[in-house]
Amino acid sequence: MNSTVPLLLCGPAAFLATAIMAAAASRLAAATRLVYGATLVISAVLLATAAGHLAGNPGEASATLPLGLPWTGARFRLDGLSAFFLVVVNLGGTITSLYGLGYGRHESQPHRVLPFYPAFLAGMNLVVLANDAFSFLLSWEFMSLASWALVMAHHRDEANRRAGYIYLVMASFGTMALLLAFGLLAGPAGTYAFDAMRTAHPGPFAAGAVLVLMLLGAGSKAGLVPLHAWLPLAHPAAPSHVSALMSGIMTKVALYGFVRVVFDLLGEPAWWSGVAVLLIGGVTAVLGILHALMEKDLKRLLAYSTIENIGVIFASLGLALAFKANGMPSAAALAFTAALFHVLNHSFFKSLLFFGAGAVLTATGERDMEKLGGLIHRLPVTSFVFLIGCVSISALPPFNGFASEWLVFQAILRSPELPQWGLKVMVPAVGGMLALSAALAAACFVKAFGITFLGRARSVAVERAHEVDRWSLAAMAVLAAFCLLAGILPGFVIDSLSTVTLPLVGERMPVQMAQPWLSIVPIAESRSSYNGLLVFVFITISASLAAFFIHRFASHALRRGIAWGCGFTDAVPAAQYTAVSFAQPIRRVFGGFAFRSRETVKMPAPGALEPARLKVEMHDVAWEVFYQPITGAIGFATERLNQLQFLTIRRYLTLVFLYLIILLLVLALWP
Amino acid sequence: MNGLTFDIAHLLAGSLVLISFMMLYQDRLFALINVFALHAVVLALSVAWQAYIQDAHHLYITAAIALVFKAIVIPVGLHRIIQRLGIHRDIETAVGIGLTMLAGIGLVTLSMVLMLRVTPEADPLAREDLAFALSIILLGLLVMVTRRNAVSQVVGFMSLENGLVLAATGAKGMPLVVEISVAFSILIAFIVIGVFLFRIRERFDSVDIGALDDYRGERR
Repeated sequence: MNSTVPLLLCGPAAFLATAIMAAAASRLAAATRLVYGATLVISAVLLATAAGHLAGNPGEASATLPLGLPWTGARFRLDGLSAFFLVVVNLGGTITSLYGLGYGRHESQPHRVLPFYPAFLAGMNLVVLANDAFSFLLSWEFMSLASWALVMAHHRDEANRRAGYIYLVMASFGTMALLLAFGLLAGPAGTYAFDAMRTAHPGPFAAGAVLVLMLLGAGSKAGLVPLHAWLPLAHPAAPSHVSALMSGIMTKVALYGFVRVVFDLLGEPAWWSGVAVLLIGGVTAVLGILHALMEKDLKRLLAYSTIENIGVIFASLGLALAFKANGMPSAAALAFTAALFHVLNHSFFKSLLFFGAGAVLTATGERDMEKLGGLIHRLPVTSFVFLIGCVSISALPPFNGFASEWLVFQAILRSPELPQWGLKVMVPAVGGMLALSAALAAACFVKAFGITFLGRARSVAVERAHEVDRWSLAAMAVLAAFCLLAGILPGFVIDSLSTVTLPLVGERMPVQMAQPWLSIVPIAESRSSYNGLLVFVFITISASLAAFFIHRFASHALRRGIAWGCGFTDAVPAAQYTAVSFAQPIRRVFGGFAFRSRETVKMPAPGALEPARLKVEMHDVAWEVFYQPITGAIGFATERLNQLQFLTIRRYLTLVFLYLIILLLVLALWP
Repeated sequence: MNGLTFDIAHLLAGSLVLISFMMLYQDRLFALINVFALHAVVLALSVAWQAYIQDAHHLYITAAIALVFKAIVIPVGLHRIIQRLGIHRDIETAVGIGLTMLAGIGLVTLSMVLMLRVTPEADPLAREDLAFALSIILLGLLVMVTRRNAVSQVVGFMSLENGLVLAATGAKGMPLVVEISVAFSILIAFIVIGVFLFRIRERFDSVDIGALDDYRGERR
């Protein structure tokens, strides 16, 4: 037996030991530094081990611990897929711990964060390593509970308590769906080891049910519309570095669960399974980014944007399923690689942006963009790295977001080769939705950066802001560097992903490092290629030249004068362009169906002195269509059933008796 | 299987069902307890017969327990409770006797149909025993449901347990430990219920469980 898995299992054990230590010592002054230092080291070791496995490609390794279910034990396994997600989890864990070294010092109640943070990391690592349904679900629930505790860290805030409650309800719902899915996969024999599930192929009906249940279970954790309602509440409620972990990493662990079951355990997919996943992905992407655009709370905006990226990844996974079902392994490998690449990229830039939001929060105490502004003068380094994050997430070259989204679109362009007409029509439509969401994402992050960092300060807190500590800045700088590196050297990442794609879709993308000039070529050079390095060099040179010419020939011609105030002599900062006004045109276009928004203008009577008022009314449609009827029905049912609590003893006996009789009758009449 | 042994076992189990029916229409408490004692005696006989034909000597102990506790100790205890509570003149307003009997017949039919259908390959004696035992259990439940007096509910519960013992002895190989522990748990239940009866009585001046409901402020 290979010793990699036991070594990797020492990681979660060390995390748990750290958690216990943190619970004991969390009120010490040095506890913050100790805990984050320990998690930093453990994550780094795990990262190195997993990356070594992914790069060295020594096949798979497994281990069984004598815990858990009898006859099954606690099984753990490391293959390409888990190694890749271990890299994502522990890269995030390492950098978040680095950030936490600085950010954690501002925490008002460290004893509510420190014990749960290592436990959360341990849970995520165990989910990725688990090789039987019991260990998987146990680790999954452990991860959910640890993150719930972190969401509730500042539980005195009413909004956080509500977020925690909704998160808990949704997490239990998701786990129930997963439980049922694994029950179906285990079949009548009840084989809960993944190895046994892999060989037992369920019938078409059971496979369809498993797919739907996985979409519900993993989708509710990842934030698929309409199961996303908890995500924009819970992710921002946690401390910022935990928000980064939840948004950047935990949603990826949910994706891992989906990929593990649907691509690995379920066997050969049906073509329509791709349709379902594609459509849900497309809708999620568009609705997620539309919500993000309407948001003025910086962290909630980022959480909604996570939903959009999850949508993109799911759409790409749906494509991979469709290609795989139709026996087009090279196209499936392309779509699958694109999805995994985007997983990695999103974990980079979403963590970076949440760190930036955390830095802004530390410096100003504000999350509301309408009270920020002009921070580029106060936090120059933070605003620079935040800008890199914004550019990456907007999918602009030469950064990483472009590379992965470009691969997604390359996969969409192969859809005419699909045989089913449904897919032929559907894939370009979803492609259109993804393109729309990419454009809207760019608008959204222009808004996020512009309103927060540019313009003039909208509050006193902003004017007194100072740059944050070095640990935080270092963490953000590292992530910004990763965004750039993955953008200009995507071939390296794509080649390392071949270990993952080969066993799951049966093919890999062409070897990219063999291409001249570090280009990436999704299918063949005759069709399309992209060279991030070349774009980067071109942009750098042309921008430097432009700057040089402007300074050389135009700067001395500059004449400074008083700005014309359009007739208003003292322009207050509140009169600047706001986040809401930026989003207004888009709200007018999409608001009607996405938010059922209505604008009413109340003009004062001629001669009256009160101001005119513009009132915007917006609805969360998913909440009203899906959640309110359910909560209403539950409330109605419990109201009715409540009477059962006040029956007489004889009536209770009678009820039990009648129920017994009915059961016996059913048994007697059963054919 | 010898025809006579089967017939005797059948007769004893059938008489248990018959005595359960007798319990259904007793509207005086003393009479009910006497019928219950008779029930326990017949049960003891039936178990002893099973012990004889199965050649399982531990079943004699079960029979002895049934005879001593259920036919003597518990009825005598219940008699005393009733006398101390002064309710021996109470007439129970049971649900109409005709209706109860009809329901009882329906229950016996149900258990016969069900048991004979689901155990086609079992030994015929065990089949009959199981069918009768299920009838006795259901009739015991019916007694509990149709009575309002706490004492008669206790009696219903005990007769239900008799059905369980009959089922257990009919099936071969039930360990003695299980039977003894069931018997003792019944005894303990009897003690606990007895204590409760007095507590209820102290509190509400009645053992009509309707008083409990009135106390909780509920309508019936």
